[in-house]
Amino acid sequence: MVKGPVAHRKKEVHRGDWLFAQFIQAGAMLLIALLLALAWFLIKGGWPAIERYGARFLFSSNWNPVLEVFGAAPVIYGTLVSSAIAIMIAAPLSVSVALFLHAVAPPKIRAVFSFFVDMLAAIPSVVYGLWGIFVLAPWLRSDVEPWLSEHFGFLPFFQGPFYGVGMLAAGLILAIMIIPSIFAMCSEVFRSLPVTYKEAALALGATRWEMMQIAFLRAGKRGIIGGIILGLGRALGETMAVTMLIGNRDEISVSLFSPGQTMASVIANEYAEAGSSIHVAALIEVGLVLFCMTILVNALARIIIRSDDAI
Amino acid sequence: MSILHAKNIHAYFGTNHIVKGISLETEPHQVTAIIGPSGCGKSTFIRCLNRLHEETPGARAEGSVIIDGENIYGERVDPVSIRRKVGMVFQKPNPFPGMSIFDNVIIGLRLTGEKNKEVLASVAEESLKDAALWDEVKDKLKTPGTSLSGGQQQRLCIARALAVEPKILLMDEPTSALDPIATSKIEDLLSKLKKKVGIIIVTHNMQQAARISDTTAFALMGELIESGPTSSIFTAPRMQQTEKYITGRFG
Repeated sequence: MVKGPVAHRKKEVHRGDWLFAQFIQAGAMLLIALLLALAWFLIKGGWPAIERYGARFLFSSNWNPVLEVFGAAPVIYGTLVSSAIAIMIAAPLSVSVALFLHAVAPPKIRAVFSFFVDMLAAIPSVVYGLWGIFVLAPWLRSDVEPWLSEHFGFLPFFQGPFYGVGMLAAGLILAIMIIPSIFAMCSEVFRSLPVTYKEAALALGATRWEMMQIAFLRAGKRGIIGGIILGLGRALGETMAVTMLIGNRDEISVSLFSPGQTMASVIANEYAEAGSSIHVAALIEVGLVLFCMTILVNALARIIIRSDDAI
Repeated sequence: MSILHAKNIHAYFGTNHIVKGISLETEPHQVTAIIGPSGCGKSTFIRCLNRLHEETPGARAEGSVIIDGENIYGERVDPVSIRRKVGMVFQKPNPFPGMSIFDNVIIGLRLTGEKNKEVLASVAEESLKDAALWDEVKDKLKTPGTSLSGGQQQRLCIARALAVEPKILLMDEPTSALDPIATSKIEDLLSKLKKKVGIIIVTHNMQQAARISDTTAFALMGELIESGPTSSIFTAPRMQQTEKYITGRFG
């Protein structure tokens, strides 16, 4: 049996302390066991598909439950692209708002603003989805997409018919949904930076913007990157709002106007109707890929945040 | 001719009147020490000398400070240009995190737009030598500034301030976070540095003021009680409050 930290200590341990230590240790173990059990379920459940399609599963772009052909490339592509759009919009926005609030704005404004951004995080995903369907998507179809097509139509991303729902809509809704995560992380980083860095930069003759670069962005670099990656982790797995807005078509299309499908949305859409056991296995394998991806991304974020002050 | 002449400085935090009309003149090649009990406004006062005080939310300052013939509180004076003439070293060593030793030293110069690598390298070396840190760090200039010991970090901060060739160096209790050995290294350093730059140091350590300064000013409750040559302040103070303070009867 593995000895817990308590066993190394003195013999005279309070009975209550011992019980409590055992209890919380068991709780911690249970969490790890849960994670492993989940991984085991995904591998086991997806095994028929892993066995039958092998690596083709990841690279083939044909997803056809009727013919029992499953290629996850379109949904992996959809996940990556919608998350990339989200990050490209949310990261600069959240970082600059947090920077403004902590480096320039008076404390009162900071508190009020932080409160409202935190509230964004409290809104249920399905409510974002509803708003997306009834407000965002029609607006994209009637105004934004025609405008993008007119001015940036030479880029392949902004060509094709305007649907409203699609990759762009999903990316935008994801951006709004991950802003609170990135903002909260950046705020935490900026708040924890001692005011002395700010003063040192100003005392050296830095302008306000230079001071922000030196004493905030550069000093908090690791935390900011970590926060952005945490936001990415959240975007990759977000399901409900994306499922409602992405259009649900299992095809790879370069145009951001076209409907697409993400790993999360294909599972949500098809799980209830999966007729064959191989269809179910394929969906579970999609889940496994998503699971691995988010675990990796989150682990990466935490490693970056915690790593030593390397340059 | 004085190198810095502060006249009738008042400083406030909100409605709190912290510094109540302090005037002070400093000579070149001298160390001026400002002593006084905690909360007497001495730190706030020197933070008025590079217009840093006003950066704290709710803080403001009045008065005039003539440096180089220019009133830094004049209209249309840009605080940024003032701060390039007045270096500052803080109570706690604060090298910028995420920056190497080298980058920390030359950051001020980079801010002025200097890009020439040879210039930057030679200024870095010279400043680190001036701060008596060169021999300890010359082989690891690329390592993070925050990896140094506390005393080394403080000397790095001194080098960083010196790199932009200020006329005056303000030091706000620069050794209060350091051990005695690191403290004495910095004290030794100051006696050499004053040949290059005028120094105003705030300290609550009277022995330190006596050891290193040429002129001493005693502040109490936001006012300057008296100032004069260090030897006479410590041996024959004119004011009773000064005498009480330096003999340890309060403060």
